[in-house]
Amino acid sequence: MAKKIPEIPAASLADIAFMLLIFFLVTTTMDVDSGLRRKLPQWAPDQEQNDDQQINERNVFVVLVNKNNDLLVEGDYEQIENLRERAKEFMANPYNAENLPEKEPMEIPYFGEQMVTKGVISLRNDLDTQYGTYLAVQNELVAAINELRDELAKQKFGKAYVDLDGDQQDAIKKIYPSRISEAEPKGKI
Amino acid sequence: MSKFRKDDGKELPPISTASLPDIVFMLLFFFMVSTTMREVTLKVKMRIPEATELSKLEKKSLVSYIYIGEPLPAFQKTFGKAPRIQLNDQFAAVDEVQDFIIAEREARDEAEQPFMVTSLKIDENTRMSIVGDVKQELRKSAALNINYSSRKKAER
Repeated sequence: MAKKIPEIPAASLADIAFMLLIFFLVTTTMDVDSGLRRKLPQWAPDQEQNDDQQINERNVFVVLVNKNNDLLVEGDYEQIENLRERAKEFMANPYNAENLPEKEPMEIPYFGEQMVTKGVISLRNDLDTQYGTYLAVQNELVAAINELRDELAKQKFGKAYVDLDGDQQDAIKKIYPSRISEAEPKGKI
Repeated sequence: MSKFRKDDGKELPPISTASLPDIVFMLLFFFMVSTTMREVTLKVKMRIPEATELSKLEKKSLVSYIYIGEPLPAFQKTFGKAPRIQLNDQFAAVDEVQDFIIAEREARDEAEQPFMVTSLKIDENTRMSIVGDVKQELRKSAALNINYSSRKKAER
Protein backbone atom coordinates (compact mmCIF):
# COMPACT_ATOMS: atom_id res chain seq x y z
CA MET A 1 0.00 0.00 0.00
CA ALA A 2 1.19 3.50 -0.81
CA LYS A 3 2.52 5.56 2.00
CA LYS A 4 0.00 8.06 3.31
CA ILE A 5 0.94 11.69 2.70
CA PRO A 6 0.95 13.57 5.99
CA GLU A 7 -1.71 16.24 6.22
CA ILE A 8 -0.62 19.85 5.60
CA PRO A 9 -0.87 21.80 8.84
CA ALA A 10 -3.58 24.44 8.59
CA ALA A 11 -2.73 26.26 11.79
CA SER A 12 -0.93 29.10 10.03
CA LEU A 13 -3.77 29.70 7.62
CA ALA A 14 -5.47 31.93 10.15
CA ASP A 15 -2.33 34.04 10.51
CA ILE A 16 -2.04 34.48 6.78
CA ALA A 17 -5.67 35.49 6.51
CA PHE A 18 -5.26 37.94 9.37
CA MET A 19 -2.32 39.53 7.62
CA LEU A 20 -4.36 39.98 4.45
CA LEU A 21 -7.24 41.38 6.47
CA ILE A 22 -5.02 43.95 8.15
CA PHE A 23 -3.51 44.93 4.83
CA PHE A 24 -6.96 45.64 3.42
CA LEU A 25 -8.04 47.50 6.53
CA VAL A 26 -5.08 49.84 6.19
CA THR A 27 -5.11 50.49 2.46
CA THR A 28 -8.81 50.99 1.85
CA THR A 29 -11.33 53.57 2.90
CA MET A 30 -14.91 53.04 3.75
CA ASP A 31 -16.38 56.48 3.16
CA VAL A 32 -19.00 56.75 0.49
CA ASP A 33 -18.39 59.76 -1.65
CA SER A 34 -21.33 62.06 -1.66
CA GLY A 35 -21.77 65.68 -2.40
CA LEU A 36 -23.82 68.49 -3.79
CA ARG A 37 -24.33 67.91 -7.49
CA ARG A 38 -24.24 71.00 -9.68
CA LYS A 39 -23.91 71.69 -13.35
CA LEU A 40 -21.65 74.45 -14.57
CA PRO A 41 -22.79 76.65 -17.44
CA GLN A 42 -21.21 76.30 -20.86
CA TRP A 43 -18.04 78.24 -21.34
CA ALA A 44 -18.71 81.36 -23.37
CA PRO A 45 -15.61 83.13 -24.58
CA ASP A 46 -17.22 86.53 -24.58
CA GLN A 47 -19.20 87.55 -21.57
CA GLU A 48 -21.58 89.65 -23.68
CA GLN A 49 -24.26 87.06 -24.15
CA ASN A 50 -25.94 87.63 -20.82
CA ASP A 51 -26.90 91.14 -21.76
CA ASP A 52 -29.10 90.44 -24.74
CA GLN A 53 -31.75 88.60 -22.76
CA GLN A 54 -33.24 91.23 -20.59
CA ILE A 55 -34.53 89.84 -17.33
CA ASN A 56 -37.09 91.79 -15.43
CA GLU A 57 -35.86 92.86 -12.04
CA ARG A 58 -38.71 91.26 -10.13
CA ASN A 59 -37.76 87.92 -11.66
CA VAL A 60 -34.30 87.86 -10.14
CA PHE A 61 -33.56 86.73 -6.64
CA VAL A 62 -30.21 88.30 -5.87
CA VAL A 63 -28.01 86.65 -3.27
CA LEU A 64 -24.69 88.28 -2.52
CA VAL A 65 -22.07 86.86 -0.19
CA ASN A 66 -19.31 89.21 0.86
CA LYS A 67 -15.82 88.54 2.14
CA ASN A 68 -16.98 88.44 5.77
CA ASN A 69 -19.44 85.70 4.82
CA ASP A 70 -22.44 88.00 5.30
CA LEU A 71 -25.48 87.51 3.14
CA LEU A 72 -27.34 90.19 1.25
CA VAL A 73 -30.62 88.86 -0.09
CA GLU A 74 -32.70 91.13 -2.35
CA GLY A 75 -31.07 94.17 -0.84
CA ASP A 76 -31.18 93.42 2.87
CA TYR A 77 -29.08 91.49 5.33
CA GLU A 78 -30.25 87.97 5.94
CA GLN A 79 -29.25 85.04 8.08
CA ILE A 80 -28.43 81.82 6.32
CA GLU A 81 -31.15 80.00 8.27
CA ASN A 82 -33.85 82.16 6.66
CA LEU A 83 -32.52 81.84 3.14
CA ARG A 84 -34.37 78.64 2.36
CA GLU A 85 -37.76 80.13 3.27
CA ARG A 86 -37.07 83.28 1.27
CA ALA A 87 -36.01 81.28 -1.77
CA LYS A 88 -39.08 79.05 -1.54
CA GLU A 89 -41.39 82.01 -1.29
CA PHE A 90 -39.68 83.56 -4.29
CA MET A 91 -39.89 80.49 -6.49
CA ALA A 92 -43.45 79.57 -5.53
CA ASN A 93 -45.00 83.07 -5.30
CA PRO A 94 -48.24 81.57 -3.96
CA TYR A 95 -50.29 84.80 -3.91
CA ASN A 96 -48.97 86.24 -7.19
CA ALA A 97 -47.46 89.19 -5.37
CA GLU A 98 -46.33 92.18 -7.40
CA ASN A 99 -42.73 92.11 -6.25
CA LEU A 100 -42.23 88.39 -6.75
CA PRO A 101 -41.57 86.83 -10.15
CA GLU A 102 -44.02 86.71 -13.01
CA LYS A 103 -45.56 83.49 -14.15
CA GLU A 104 -46.40 82.29 -17.59
CA PRO A 105 -48.84 79.57 -18.61
CA MET A 106 -47.27 76.39 -19.90
CA GLU A 107 -48.63 73.06 -21.06
CA ILE A 108 -47.25 70.33 -18.82
CA PRO A 109 -47.99 66.60 -18.88
CA TYR A 110 -50.02 65.35 -15.86
CA PHE A 111 -50.81 68.92 -14.83
CA GLY A 112 -52.40 70.46 -17.90
CA GLU A 113 -51.96 74.18 -18.20
CA GLN A 114 -49.97 75.43 -15.30
CA MET A 115 -48.53 78.79 -14.33
CA VAL A 116 -44.78 78.47 -14.30
CA THR A 117 -42.53 80.94 -12.59
CA LYS A 118 -39.98 82.93 -14.53
CA GLY A 119 -37.83 83.42 -11.47
CA VAL A 120 -34.07 83.12 -11.56
CA ILE A 121 -31.81 82.89 -8.55
CA SER A 122 -28.63 84.82 -9.00
CA LEU A 123 -25.74 84.06 -6.69
CA ARG A 124 -22.62 86.15 -6.52
CA ASN A 125 -19.74 85.81 -4.15
CA ASP A 126 -16.67 87.78 -3.28
CA LEU A 127 -13.21 86.48 -4.11
CA ASP A 128 -12.52 86.24 -0.41
CA THR A 129 -15.70 84.41 0.56
CA GLN A 130 -15.06 81.19 2.40
CA TYR A 131 -15.88 78.04 0.48
CA GLY A 132 -17.81 76.68 3.48
CA THR A 133 -20.23 79.59 3.41
CA TYR A 134 -20.56 79.43 -0.35
CA LEU A 135 -21.48 75.78 -0.19
CA ALA A 136 -23.93 76.38 2.64
CA VAL A 137 -25.70 79.02 0.52
CA GLN A 138 -25.75 76.72 -2.50
CA ASN A 139 -27.12 73.98 -0.32
CA GLU A 140 -29.95 76.16 0.98
CA LEU A 141 -30.92 77.24 -2.53
CA VAL A 142 -30.91 73.68 -3.83
CA ALA A 143 -32.83 72.60 -0.75
CA ALA A 144 -35.49 75.25 -1.40
CA ILE A 145 -36.14 73.95 -4.89
CA ASN A 146 -36.05 70.35 -3.74
CA GLU A 147 -38.57 71.08 -1.01
CA LEU A 148 -40.93 72.79 -3.43
CA ARG A 149 -40.70 69.85 -5.80
CA ASP A 150 -41.29 67.44 -2.97
CA GLU A 151 -44.35 69.33 -1.76
CA LEU A 152 -45.82 69.40 -5.24
CA ALA A 153 -45.10 65.70 -5.73
CA LYS A 154 -46.85 64.84 -2.46
CA GLN A 155 -49.83 67.00 -3.33
CA LYS A 156 -50.25 65.69 -6.88
CA PHE A 157 -49.06 62.09 -6.74
CA GLY A 158 -49.03 61.38 -3.02
CA LYS A 159 -45.42 60.29 -3.17
CA ALA A 160 -42.06 61.81 -2.46
CA TYR A 161 -40.31 63.36 -5.45
CA VAL A 162 -37.53 60.78 -5.47
CA ASP A 163 -40.05 57.93 -5.69
CA LEU A 164 -41.73 59.24 -8.84
CA ASP A 165 -40.92 57.83 -12.24
CA GLY A 166 -38.94 59.74 -14.84
CA ASP A 167 -41.84 61.41 -16.67
CA GLN A 168 -43.47 62.64 -13.49
CA GLN A 169 -40.16 64.01 -12.25
CA ASP A 170 -39.66 65.82 -15.55
CA ALA A 171 -43.10 67.39 -15.28
CA ILE A 172 -42.37 68.68 -11.82
CA LYS A 173 -38.95 69.86 -12.91
CA LYS A 174 -40.68 71.98 -15.54
CA ILE A 175 -42.89 73.64 -12.95
CA TYR A 176 -40.03 74.30 -10.55
CA PRO A 177 -36.94 74.61 -12.70
CA SER A 178 -33.60 74.75 -10.99
CA ARG A 179 -32.41 78.09 -12.22
CA ILE A 180 -29.46 79.10 -10.13
CA SER A 181 -27.08 81.29 -12.04
CA GLU A 182 -23.70 82.26 -10.76
CA ALA A 183 -22.23 85.54 -11.82
CA GLU A 184 -18.51 86.01 -12.13
CA PRO A 185 -17.12 86.86 -8.75
CA LYS A 186 -15.92 90.37 -8.30
CA GLY A 187 -13.28 91.70 -5.98
CA LYS A 188 -15.63 93.95 -4.10
CA ILE A 189 -19.33 93.77 -3.58
CA MET B 1 -17.02 4.43 42.89
CA SER B 2 -19.61 7.10 42.52
CA LYS B 3 -21.49 7.17 39.28
CA PHE B 4 -21.32 10.92 38.95
CA ARG B 5 -17.57 11.50 38.93
CA LYS B 6 -16.65 9.82 35.73
CA ASP B 7 -14.50 12.56 34.23
CA ASP B 8 -12.32 12.99 37.21
CA GLY B 9 -8.75 13.64 36.23
CA LYS B 10 -9.40 14.17 32.57
CA GLU B 11 -8.42 17.51 30.96
CA LEU B 12 -10.71 19.63 28.87
CA PRO B 13 -10.10 19.06 25.18
CA PRO B 14 -8.57 22.15 23.45
CA ILE B 15 -10.96 24.31 21.49
CA SER B 16 -10.69 23.54 17.84
CA THR B 17 -9.29 26.43 15.81
CA ALA B 18 -9.97 24.80 12.50
CA SER B 19 -12.77 27.26 11.74
CA LEU B 20 -10.74 30.35 12.60
CA PRO B 21 -9.36 30.79 9.07
CA ASP B 22 -12.89 30.60 7.70
CA ILE B 23 -14.07 33.32 10.05
CA VAL B 24 -11.14 35.55 9.21
CA PHE B 25 -11.63 34.99 5.51
CA MET B 26 -15.24 35.99 5.88
CA LEU B 27 -14.18 39.25 7.53
CA LEU B 28 -11.59 39.75 4.82
CA PHE B 29 -14.11 39.36 2.04
CA PHE B 30 -16.50 41.73 3.78
CA PHE B 31 -13.86 44.43 3.90
CA MET B 32 -12.71 43.79 0.36
CA VAL B 33 -16.22 44.24 -0.95
CA SER B 34 -17.38 47.17 1.15
CA THR B 35 -14.34 49.41 0.95
CA THR B 36 -12.50 51.10 -1.84
CA MET B 37 -8.79 51.42 -2.45
CA ARG B 38 -7.18 54.68 -1.60
CA GLU B 39 -6.03 56.02 -4.90
CA VAL B 40 -3.96 59.01 -4.01
CA THR B 41 -1.92 60.06 -1.05
CA LEU B 42 -3.36 63.29 0.18
CA LYS B 43 -0.92 66.13 0.39
CA VAL B 44 -3.40 68.74 1.52
CA LYS B 45 -5.44 69.11 4.68
CA MET B 46 -9.16 69.14 4.17
CA ARG B 47 -12.19 69.59 6.30
CA ILE B 48 -15.07 68.92 3.99
CA PRO B 49 -18.09 71.20 4.59
CA GLU B 50 -21.49 69.89 5.62
CA ALA B 51 -24.62 69.88 3.50
CA THR B 52 -28.05 68.29 3.44
CA GLU B 53 -28.94 67.92 -0.25
CA LEU B 54 -26.47 65.18 -1.01
CA SER B 55 -26.39 62.75 -3.86
CA LYS B 56 -24.09 59.81 -4.03
CA LEU B 57 -21.43 59.40 -6.64
CA GLU B 58 -22.55 56.24 -8.30
CA LYS B 59 -19.86 55.11 -10.66
CA LYS B 60 -16.48 55.45 -9.07
CA SER B 61 -14.73 54.81 -12.37
CA LEU B 62 -16.23 57.95 -13.89
CA VAL B 63 -15.18 60.29 -11.13
CA SER B 64 -12.06 62.40 -11.17
CA TYR B 65 -11.00 64.19 -8.04
CA ILE B 66 -9.58 67.64 -7.47
CA TYR B 67 -8.36 68.44 -3.98
CA ILE B 68 -7.87 71.93 -2.68
CA GLY B 69 -6.58 72.82 0.75
CA GLU B 70 -3.68 73.85 2.91
CA PRO B 71 -0.58 71.66 2.35
CA LEU B 72 0.17 69.14 5.06
CA PRO B 73 2.80 70.22 7.61
CA ALA B 74 5.43 68.07 5.93
CA PHE B 75 5.10 70.09 2.72
CA GLN B 76 4.68 73.51 4.23
CA LYS B 77 8.41 74.23 4.13
CA THR B 78 8.49 74.03 0.36
CA PHE B 79 4.95 75.02 -0.56
CA GLY B 80 3.90 77.43 2.16
CA LYS B 81 0.58 77.57 3.94
CA ALA B 82 -1.61 79.03 1.22
CA PRO B 83 -4.28 76.63 -0.13
CA ARG B 84 -3.12 74.64 -3.12
CA ILE B 85 -4.60 72.37 -5.72
CA GLN B 86 -3.70 68.71 -5.75
CA LEU B 87 -4.26 66.63 -8.87
CA ASN B 88 -3.41 62.94 -8.66
CA ASP B 89 -0.37 62.77 -6.42
CA GLN B 90 1.06 66.20 -7.02
CA PHE B 91 0.50 69.82 -6.30
CA ALA B 92 -0.58 71.62 -9.42
CA ALA B 93 -1.17 75.10 -10.73
CA VAL B 94 -4.56 76.30 -11.91
CA ASP B 95 -3.68 76.03 -15.58
CA GLU B 96 -2.83 72.35 -15.20
CA VAL B 97 -6.48 71.55 -14.47
CA GLN B 98 -7.36 71.52 -18.16
CA ASP B 99 -4.61 69.03 -18.98
CA PHE B 100 -5.70 66.89 -16.07
CA ILE B 101 -9.30 66.81 -17.27
CA ILE B 102 -8.24 65.97 -20.80
CA ALA B 103 -6.00 63.17 -19.53
CA GLU B 104 -8.84 61.83 -17.39
CA ARG B 105 -11.17 61.94 -20.35
CA GLU B 106 -8.72 60.12 -22.60
CA ALA B 107 -8.54 57.31 -20.09
CA ARG B 108 -12.28 56.59 -20.32
CA ASP B 109 -14.40 54.97 -22.99
CA GLU B 110 -15.88 57.35 -25.48
CA ALA B 111 -19.39 56.23 -24.61
CA GLU B 112 -18.87 57.01 -20.96
CA GLN B 113 -17.31 60.41 -21.38
CA PRO B 114 -20.53 62.44 -21.15
CA PHE B 115 -21.25 60.96 -17.74
CA MET B 116 -17.96 61.91 -16.18
CA VAL B 117 -18.15 63.82 -12.94
CA THR B 118 -15.51 65.94 -11.32
CA SER B 119 -15.59 65.78 -7.57
CA LEU B 120 -14.24 68.86 -5.85
CA LYS B 121 -12.91 68.10 -2.41
CA ILE B 122 -12.25 71.50 -0.95
CA ASP B 123 -11.43 72.62 2.55
CA GLU B 124 -14.19 74.77 3.98
CA ASN B 125 -11.81 77.60 4.89
CA THR B 126 -10.52 78.02 1.36
CA ARG B 127 -11.18 81.38 -0.26
CA MET B 128 -13.46 81.40 -3.26
CA SER B 129 -10.88 82.98 -5.59
CA ILE B 130 -9.01 79.71 -6.10
CA VAL B 131 -12.27 77.75 -6.31
CA GLY B 132 -13.58 80.19 -8.89
CA ASP B 133 -10.42 79.81 -10.96
CA VAL B 134 -10.74 76.04 -10.93
CA LYS B 135 -14.40 76.31 -11.94
CA GLN B 136 -13.49 78.54 -14.88
CA GLU B 137 -10.89 76.00 -15.99
CA LEU B 138 -13.46 73.22 -15.72
CA ARG B 139 -15.87 75.21 -17.84
CA LYS B 140 -13.16 75.81 -20.43
CA SER B 141 -12.46 72.09 -20.65
CA ALA B 142 -16.22 71.35 -20.80
CA ALA B 143 -16.25 69.24 -17.65
CA LEU B 144 -19.59 70.62 -16.55
CA ASN B 145 -20.78 67.91 -14.20
CA ILE B 146 -19.34 68.72 -10.83
CA ASN B 147 -19.95 67.52 -7.34
CA TYR B 148 -19.03 69.60 -4.34
CA SER B 149 -17.96 66.90 -1.97
CA SER B 150 -19.60 67.30 1.41
CA ARG B 151 -20.53 65.42 4.51
CA LYS B 152 -24.02 64.67 5.71
CA LYS B 153 -25.22 67.26 8.14
CA ALA B 154 -26.67 65.89 11.34
CA GLU B 155 -30.40 66.53 11.55
CA ARG B 156 -31.37 69.02 14.18
